[in-house]
Amino acid sequence: MDIANRSGSSPSTEAEIINVSRRHFIQGVGGLALGLYLGPVLAAAAKHGAASFEPNAFVRIAPDGTVTVIAKHVEVGQGTYTGLATLVAEELDADWSRVRVEGAPADASRYKNLFYGAQVTGGSTAMANSFEQMRKAGATARAMLVSAAARQWKVSPDSLTVSNGVVHHAASGRQAGFGQLAAAAARLPVPSEVKLKDPKDFILIGKLNVPRKDSTDKTDGRALFTQDVKLPGMLVAIVAHPPRFGATVKSVDASKAQEIPGVVAVVPYAGTAHTFGGVAVLAKNTWVAKKGRDALDVQWDDSQSFKLGSDEILAQYRQMASRPGQVARQAGDVDAAFAKPARLIEADYAFPYLAHAAMEPMNCLVRLEDGRCEIWNGEQAQTIDQFALAKQLGLAPEKISITQLYAGGSFGRRASTFSDYLSEAVAVAQAAAKQGVNAPIKLVWTREEDTRGGYYRPLFFHRARLSLDPAGKLVGWHQHLVGQSILTGTPLEQFGVKDGIDSVSVEGAGEPYDIPNRRIELSTPLASGVPVLWFRSVGHTHTAFATETLIDEAAVAAGKDPVEFRRPLLAKHPRHWGVLQLAAEKAGWGTKLAPGAAGERRGRGIAVHESFNSYVAQVAEVTVKPDGSFKVDRVVCAVDCGLAINPDVIKAQMEGGIGFGLAAALHGAITLKDGVVEQSNFHDYQVLRINEMPAVEVHIVPSAEKPTGVGEPGVPPIAPAVANAVFAATGHRIRTLPFGEQLKS
Amino acid sequence: MVKFTINGKAHSFDGDLAMPLLWYLRDELAMTGTKYGCGMALCGACTVHLDGQSVRSCVTPVSAADGKKITTIEGVDAERIGRAVQAAWRKLQVVQCGYCQSGQIMTATALLAANKNPSDADIDAAMSGNICRCATYVRIRAAIHEAARSLA
Ligand code: FES
Ligand code: FES
Repeated sequence: MDIANRSGSSPSTEAEIINVSRRHFIQGVGGLALGLYLGPVLAAAAKHGAASFEPNAFVRIAPDGTVTVIAKHVEVGQGTYTGLATLVAEELDADWSRVRVEGAPADASRYKNLFYGAQVTGGSTAMANSFEQMRKAGATARAMLVSAAARQWKVSPDSLTVSNGVVHHAASGRQAGFGQLAAAAARLPVPSEVKLKDPKDFILIGKLNVPRKDSTDKTDGRALFTQDVKLPGMLVAIVAHPPRFGATVKSVDASKAQEIPGVVAVVPYAGTAHTFGGVAVLAKNTWVAKKGRDALDVQWDDSQSFKLGSDEILAQYRQMASRPGQVARQAGDVDAAFAKPARLIEADYAFPYLAHAAMEPMNCLVRLEDGRCEIWNGEQAQTIDQFALAKQLGLAPEKISITQLYAGGSFGRRASTFSDYLSEAVAVAQAAAKQGVNAPIKLVWTREEDTRGGYYRPLFFHRARLSLDPAGKLVGWHQHLVGQSILTGTPLEQFGVKDGIDSVSVEGAGEPYDIPNRRIELSTPLASGVPVLWFRSVGHTHTAFATETLIDEAAVAAGKDPVEFRRPLLAKHPRHWGVLQLAAEKAGWGTKLAPGAAGERRGRGIAVHESFNSYVAQVAEVTVKPDGSFKVDRVVCAVDCGLAINPDVIKAQMEGGIGFGLAAALHGAITLKDGVVEQSNFHDYQVLRINEMPAVEVHIVPSAEKPTGVGEPGVPPIAPAVANAVFAATGHRIRTLPFGEQLKS
Repeated sequence: MVKFTINGKAHSFDGDLAMPLLWYLRDELAMTGTKYGCGMALCGACTVHLDGQSVRSCVTPVSAADGKKITTIEGVDAERIGRAVQAAWRKLQVVQCGYCQSGQIMTATALLAANKNPSDADIDAAMSGNICRCATYVRIRAAIHEAARSLA
């Protein structure tokens, strides 16, 4: 079946489209030079032989014995292709080296996230929601292969064993590979019940020698990202966006652009309340399209645009914090706790907008043809996008197909609540069609559009006060958070907003400490013109910072060691305490740090935080130079994510999460002036570089609890751990992020 | 008209010679292993070798390659150092999203060609022009040491 005939709601079992490395393309078409064109390749690749065995939507076994796992979650680097395949292969007793992975098409009926009921990758849920589902998929296939062998050999299924993709009959010495049994297994009924392994029998889950499935293709340049896909006749669209959110095209002089050889069309297109309108220049070659875009002379209508700067926004938030907000959580008698505090700690925190800045800038390939819309994209939210694009095009959602590609990072950006960049790609294609240009169109944002494209981690302001009693016990915690809601007004509002309180605005604030009197307040500014979105670990990016630096301040005020100070406050939270203790022990907490060079000050800081049901503690060691510059030398990290499915991927996610969190802590800031984003590329929106990366040591708590996520939970503790270490070294409290040059003043 | 070799194969081009090599490779030749990340020599995703030297192809016009040998990620395994770097990357499971890794491998290969046994400080200095937003830096350092060991 050709991809052109696919529909989202009634997909053929043969229609899984390969995700998508050029090696497979080349196989699929017998060596078409470099797999240049996707169209014919997909058609060829979709023709899996009739002898393939597909017991369910997640496994396919070819006559040559290759096991293909169909991944319902997108691989953005977090290792989900490897994790999902591990779960299937474990129960299948497959040969890991013969397992490959394809991205699933958009089809929530088969590929929904079981926690969300929609096809979404997010909230660090991939392993948690798939743990049983994928194992059952593998176990089902295994049972059918065993039945097929038992019938052929006329023996009892119980007398057969399976290992490394081969079914054995010990008594007779007979054996057959999965490929040899595939055709026969395909004719058997699918069992409704299957038995899963006892965890003590796992041979892949929890083991260290299970390499990533995407490692080879990502080290030889073959892995295909949206940026790399090309359809016959495809045009690249490079766009001019308005400098301010909410501005529209007033007029455009395209004469210079149209003179550039290779420019095919100049296409103004309308935006919506949530997506940019602008002017697209279409060409076969990205460079030509960019030259054309740079030659445009566009006048913008700024009458409706957003014109505030970050300083003004922050000033407004400060004012809002001095008026009562909505109470998100409350316990005890907070006013009484602050009536006569023995020690009072007061602190204001400011957190800027942050851009995800994935290495692959946003892009999306769209083909509008015959009342259908085909999308090629690496993305986290297929169901949301199907519905949004269907509405935009006046089509049924099943007329929107999405081929899943690798994403060059995402960090939440490719889970766009308003499908912003996909919707823009469709708007460009629609406008082009009106001009008679009916080609597949790949919208490609340059780094500048990506940096200025909004959908940022929202700017937040917190005002906090803590009250300690004469014995140094923490008795009052009052924290007021002010910032835009990520969920309000989106299709997901009903899932996270209750009585006007967006749960992700306050998630993690003050948690989980056992404090008798506590109030968490929230003020949510009405719609601002700056679009906001989740950003790797979402609300925890700011709540963990405030919470964990406040606790450190309280410990210091009480004259206690920060780890010991937490002990009674975590009495009901053994998993927090477990990672905290483990990180402290492995880091040599309480021992003296080796001194730095003359004039250098060194310090150690600790933080612990739960997010997405995983528990992470980190100890950071810093060296502050005489000029106030500083370096994070080493981070010791302990993680409890339940049963560890792939320990090496977990380690990698902690390492990467630490680096990502450190980038935000040290440098990350999107600022606006008169509504214009001041940053544009990596020189002024700095991310972490290798010379700033600390040595990282990761320890995983052995656990038999249900597996939980690791993509995000490594991020929240690092910024407060570093801030606490800087305090230990210098006595200086950082309460405004990023750190920037604050220690130099 | 300019002439050069790419991964050992002769090519000539007489189009827009100001076009950055990056877009020539990606859009004219469909060699998409070399990535676009910034277009301003800030991120290293587009790194290729020109006569063995690392260059940022996003700011290198095609004209600058005239008469030269271009090596890209697709051809880096033709030489021993490139193969060792790729093998070390796989052994230590460096990649995450993978988008930066072609550039990382090209820069690391050039580093090891110039310095057989780089220290951490050498690695940081040579690699700091290559951004990895997934922050695979711990493993990049370790993999360069591993490749150096395997080549010794
Ligand atoms: S794309 Fe060339 S250095 Fe970033
Ligand atoms: S692996 Fe994702 S940017 Fe480096």
